[in-house]
Amino acid sequence: MEVAQLLLGGISVGCVYGLVALGFVLIYKATESVNFAQGDLMMLGAFITLQFVNTAYWGLPFWLGVLLAVLVMAVVGYLMEALVIRRLFGQPQFAVVILTIAIGFVLRFAAGFIWGHEPLTLETPFAGRNVALGRLVIGVDEIFVIGATVVLTGTLYLFFARTRLGVAMQAASQNQLAAYYMGVPVKRIHGLIWALSGGIATIAGVLFASRGSIDPNLGLLGIKAFAAAVIGGFGSLPGALAGGLIVGIVEPFAGRYIAAGYSQIMPYAIMLVVLVLRPNGLFAQVQSKKV
Amino acid sequence: MRIHQKTSYDDDINLFEDRRQALWYLALVAGAALLPFAVSGYFLGEVTNVLILAIAGMGLMLLAGHTGQPSLGHAAFLACGAYMEAWLNNRGVSFLISLPAAGLFAGAVGAIIAIPALRMSGIYLAIATLAMGIVAEDVIVLLEPYTGGVSGTFVGAIRLAGFEIDRYGSPSGFYWLCLAITVLVALGYANLLRSSTGRAFVAIRDSEVSAKAMGINIARFKTLAFFLSCFVTGLSGALMAHFLGAFNYEAFLITISIQMLLMIVVGGMGSIHGAFFGAMVVGFLPQIITGIRQQITMTAIPGLDTGIFAAILVAMIILEPRGLYGQWLKTRIWFQLFPLARRDLFRRHKSYLKTERLK
Repeated sequence: MEVAQLLLGGISVGCVYGLVALGFVLIYKATESVNFAQGDLMMLGAFITLQFVNTAYWGLPFWLGVLLAVLVMAVVGYLMEALVIRRLFGQPQFAVVILTIAIGFVLRFAAGFIWGHEPLTLETPFAGRNVALGRLVIGVDEIFVIGATVVLTGTLYLFFARTRLGVAMQAASQNQLAAYYMGVPVKRIHGLIWALSGGIATIAGVLFASRGSIDPNLGLLGIKAFAAAVIGGFGSLPGALAGGLIVGIVEPFAGRYIAAGYSQIMPYAIMLVVLVLRPNGLFAQVQSKKV
Repeated sequence: MRIHQKTSYDDDINLFEDRRQALWYLALVAGAALLPFAVSGYFLGEVTNVLILAIAGMGLMLLAGHTGQPSLGHAAFLACGAYMEAWLNNRGVSFLISLPAAGLFAGAVGAIIAIPALRMSGIYLAIATLAMGIVAEDVIVLLEPYTGGVSGTFVGAIRLAGFEIDRYGSPSGFYWLCLAITVLVALGYANLLRSSTGRAFVAIRDSEVSAKAMGINIARFKTLAFFLSCFVTGLSGALMAHFLGAFNYEAFLITISIQMLLMIVVGGMGSIHGAFFGAMVVGFLPQIITGIRQQITMTAIPGLDTGIFAAILVAMIILEPRGLYGQWLKTRIWFQLFPLARRDLFRRHKSYLKTERLK
């Protein structure tokens, strides 16, 4: 019974990691830049939702607030690409890494300035309610997290497989120049990818906030999501979700069965092992030229 | 307008362009050496901090700026140096032995880390070193018998040739010691870049394939770069231990690693000067912000200096990818060429996205 309880908690945390990792991978696949600010986008999304929803602020209905926050964050993501990242087109990957790290610091400062550094709680309609399933106690928030992730993943799958825009995004990520020749507006696609990943970050933020409190340093969770993305292979969308689930599930079990102090190292240890054995992730996209 | 007439091949790799430049650097070192007579003890402490940061910056610059291996976990090597120095110092070992030992320990750890890191490149290396930095925080806490765990450790005065140098007791002595080590490291670094080893590093940074084709043993030189970089960072860590006096794992958090990397980017990637410029920005920016805030009587905003620093960095990467040193070079060349400098002299080329999936 205890195992099932740990497993369920792990899956619901893993869903959040998986969604943040999904944001990384989306951007990396399409634009080859790594967004180290993804965790901070998630943090910002959660705070904007809080601004809309909480009674101490604007007190909108929950679902309307979430929808508005997703839209706002999509605009933020688009503007980030259009105003800042696009300027670095053609420069080494490393420059974008540094740039997004710096943007993350700026976002963290802005959130701390607006909402303060004290932990805040998002008011959700399902906080603190439980469903008893036999001897298993399931929080409604956990059901919400898992359900939302499944729905979002399904929607994204259909989007990429069935819509024109989705196929264009796939094309741009496989070969930019060829996509450009085929009439795909690569620049706009890049902007839209960033918008999409801003929206996903917001949903991840709301899911995280529904299970606990949020503060401006929440973005550091993005590092754990990195581990998830790498474990799943840094270029595969299902892999990112799987990696998130692995990290999420390993954490509570390590905390339960391994000596205290060692458990929080586990996600990174798994990631380092993956990187040492398969230096370019489980599903390698980088190939080496032979001399 | 000055014209350099090169009369031998040595002119290309001489440490100084001409005698005038050598004199300028000499004047700079002499001015730095005389600083304790001119400023207050508090300000001297800040400058000492900048020197220690500059040494750490040079260590990271060798790896990230000259060998092209970005490390997001370099605070771990600072920690190696600091804890080794504290451990030896508390056992009464002389500074002459403990400082190199601290550097060698950090260098050896770095060389071991380099073995798996050899197979990675670009973002994978960045992420792996990031993870290593986070794991290092926990390892410091777990190694309580040596590191003092969460409560941290103390380090006593420096014992050097019969003298006792303490940061608070003799700030000038500590400053001169840091300055001497900084100058030595900078000279060694500049000389390294003139040698074939240094050029091999730069070749690996610019293109691994071409470097391999020129007969450079990539694995050997990358490991050497890791060793040297971590050695220098370890020296900085040892000095930092004495500067802090008492420290725990919080002095080496992952955010410190990231800040080190941002520091050398602001200063200017791929130049020794960049490490110094970056250290000055990181060291003096909080002081400047506090000064301005007192002028306009504003209440304290937590995290303001980090926020401003990051905003400067964003602007810098977009407008001036070569950092403060690049700006300095441009200004200097503008004056040297006066009045012949043109606006498009430093125009950057537009280029396509070069895929890094094929390495």
